[in-house]
Amino acid sequence: MGPMLLEALTGVLNPVSLLFVVVGVSAGIIVGALPGLTATMAIALLVPFTFTMQPVFGLVLLGAIYSGAIYGGSFSAILINTPGTPSAIATTFDGYPMAQKGEAYRAITTATLASVIGGLIGVAFLIFLSPPLARASLKFGPPEYFWLAVFGLTIIAAVSPRSMIKGLVGGGIGLLISTIGIAPIQGAVRFNFGTLALQNGISLIPALIGFFCIPEVLRMAESSSTSSDAVVPYKRQRKMVTRVFHALIRKPWLLLRSAILGTIVGIIPGAGGNIAGLVGYNEAMRASKNKEKFGTGIMDGVAASESANNAEVAGSLIPMLTLGVPGAPPAAVLFGALLLQGMRPGAELFTYHGATIHAFLFSVILANIEILPLGIILGRAVAALMQRTKVQTMAPLIIFLSMIGAYSIYNNVADIYTMVVVGLLAHALRKAGFFPGPIVLGLILGPFAEQGLLQSILMGRAGGSIFQVFFTRPISLILIILTIISVVTPIVVHYRTKRGKHSRIVDSVTRQEASE
Amino acid sequence: MTTKTWRIAAAAAVLLIAATSFVCATGTSEDGGFPQRPISYVIPFNPGGQSDVTATYQKPYLEDVLGVNVTIRHQPGAGGALAWANLVNADPDGYTLSGNNLPHIIIQPLVRDDAGYETEDLKPLYLFQTTPIGIAVAPDSPFNTLQELVDYAADHPGELTVTGSGTHTGHHLAILQLQHQTGTEFTYIPATGAAPSVANFLGGHSQVIMANSNDLVAHQDEMKVLAIGTTDRFPQLPEAPTFIEAGVEMTAGIDRGVCLPPDTPEDVVAVLEAAFDEVSRDPEFRAQMDELGFVTHSIGATEFAEYIDRRKTEIETVLRELGEI
Repeated sequence: MGPMLLEALTGVLNPVSLLFVVVGVSAGIIVGALPGLTATMAIALLVPFTFTMQPVFGLVLLGAIYSGAIYGGSFSAILINTPGTPSAIATTFDGYPMAQKGEAYRAITTATLASVIGGLIGVAFLIFLSPPLARASLKFGPPEYFWLAVFGLTIIAAVSPRSMIKGLVGGGIGLLISTIGIAPIQGAVRFNFGTLALQNGISLIPALIGFFCIPEVLRMAESSSTSSDAVVPYKRQRKMVTRVFHALIRKPWLLLRSAILGTIVGIIPGAGGNIAGLVGYNEAMRASKNKEKFGTGIMDGVAASESANNAEVAGSLIPMLTLGVPGAPPAAVLFGALLLQGMRPGAELFTYHGATIHAFLFSVILANIEILPLGIILGRAVAALMQRTKVQTMAPLIIFLSMIGAYSIYNNVADIYTMVVVGLLAHALRKAGFFPGPIVLGLILGPFAEQGLLQSILMGRAGGSIFQVFFTRPISLILIILTIISVVTPIVVHYRTKRGKHSRIVDSVTRQEASE
Repeated sequence: MTTKTWRIAAAAAVLLIAATSFVCATGTSEDGGFPQRPISYVIPFNPGGQSDVTATYQKPYLEDVLGVNVTIRHQPGAGGALAWANLVNADPDGYTLSGNNLPHIIIQPLVRDDAGYETEDLKPLYLFQTTPIGIAVAPDSPFNTLQELVDYAADHPGELTVTGSGTHTGHHLAILQLQHQTGTEFTYIPATGAAPSVANFLGGHSQVIMANSNDLVAHQDEMKVLAIGTTDRFPQLPEAPTFIEAGVEMTAGIDRGVCLPPDTPEDVVAVLEAAFDEVSRDPEFRAQMDELGFVTHSIGATEFAEYIDRRKTEIETVLRELGEI
């Protein structure tokens, strides 16, 4: 073990590797910050180039890009209310309100520190607890996915700031949209209205851009009367990093809880950074004494989302490296890169290729640390640039970037139309009081719920008891209990504080339940 | 704002021009014939999958032979149908070619009202490999041979759960073929891809798995491979019998090749066919493919087209007799 770790360290601590980490993280941040350009795409584009490199250098570069891209998604989430990668959806909830209050730099600093800390906690799990965690993740079968999705849908309560009923309707709209396209189990083509473009359903990323970006730009254009309007007000304060760090360190549980949740979601195959961020955000809100402040632009919301999604990076590598089952789409591409280097995931990877793999793991630590200076420098530059740019320049530029982003994900022109139609729909819905958060939640969790439900029913039929499949498995029971707690808590809170700001939301919950 | 923005715009413009001229400079062959500019190689699946890995291996060899850049583009969606529907409408000039996967291109037009293409629309170019599909159970499973499994299924229809990747895919077809040949019934539980289906099986959520050879090799310590869909024994799993040896007349696998838009001129087809032929006969390339667990072929356009016709008849019969179409 000793000589191998030494070899791994020399593999990382040399000028070439260090340069690759810096280049990878910077490139990742830029890609992540542009809506539509995702971590998966950045890694996929680079794999052919790493093919001819030494395995260590190739993996170091890809790992750095992965970490950088997931973090970079927070920039556009905070500055233009559009998640740069799906992982940053939950970052928009408080990040953008912070920016609107003139605290863009503070939000970015929070996101940066939370990402670094969350990422490092995730890597710690990856290095020390990989094999047992990977084994445990296999216990997640179809019923567990179904209940995870149901639990996830309770987050609607957290992301519906004004009205719970509108939140639930929005979630329903999202779920319905998610049924467009080829059915996951039986294979029938649904709701495509005879058009080929809808055969594959509504692609998630063009829809995300449409839901978040377009209404924001339209609102920007509508509200701008004078030519000197800045997109976000921006104040640069001194000693921001130290102050945010002190504020965060006083809430160790906030970051730790999110990082652990993010790692767990990362390990579960199929559930990616978007769900990690949302779960981290929801649990932070539920644990907080100031629930009503979430969504109004507080640091805690940004920190919870960002530490969860960066911890998810390392989490998604755990089953990929130990079992050969990638935990998230970018990890699947990394898996392809390992195969190209002739390295097969599994036990052999940690023994025969031990030095290379440990060098890779060390480089992920370095990448997370590098996020700190690079994120602060780039974040400051980007925030300042956006402040100086006029709305007349910014609005068309964002639309242009959105179109490129929507197109480039699958090289498909139909995705641009999807984005535009979804965007206009989202704009109209928003005017009627429906926010994108719940809709997108339904859109993401719909396929999970549907597949889990149908696969579980098939399992139950084959085994003789559908009830047993759904209600007697231990992890399912935990998820069911969490779901019940998540639904009941607001009602209990209502009876305790009859006149809190929360009561309006709770009223609508109880009314909703009474009507059922 | 003005000066700074202008400076950035100018820098961007310079970069753009530099990038374009770079592409132009590297993308020409010496004589006046085909090809003159970069070729797009469309992969109808996500990056990281077997089609993508193979194309990434082929790319440098193809560029060497053809003298132009080959760009790999991913266009996943609808099980590949999205890319094939687009290919049908692409310019038939040889500069756009696409991965061609069987049985996908045969099943999709059969089971969907409008898949966006017909099997016959895709012009076969070259068939270079097959990933055999095998059937496996957990190490502690009571079944030690395919016969024992089939016997149990015959007595207990629908009781055994089988996982595999997707509906109307190679794995789905393999289990349908097995049911068709043996008159049994299994409960097929499709996962969203090969990796989730392996996770589903290793976690004990399904009793049986239909899996690609590479997954069978990678996880061989955690499963008993009862049969494999090759005609001869698969070198990397010498202990596993073929379906035919185990008493079931079937082969199962995913065939990978490339295809072109309809009406691509024959002289262009010939150039590309020769290029793929040279690549797939390259000893170094073959060694790499063997190592990844593929069965390599060198089958040209005419023979590939005949193979597709033959498979189509077989598959249509199975699907029709099982009431799937």
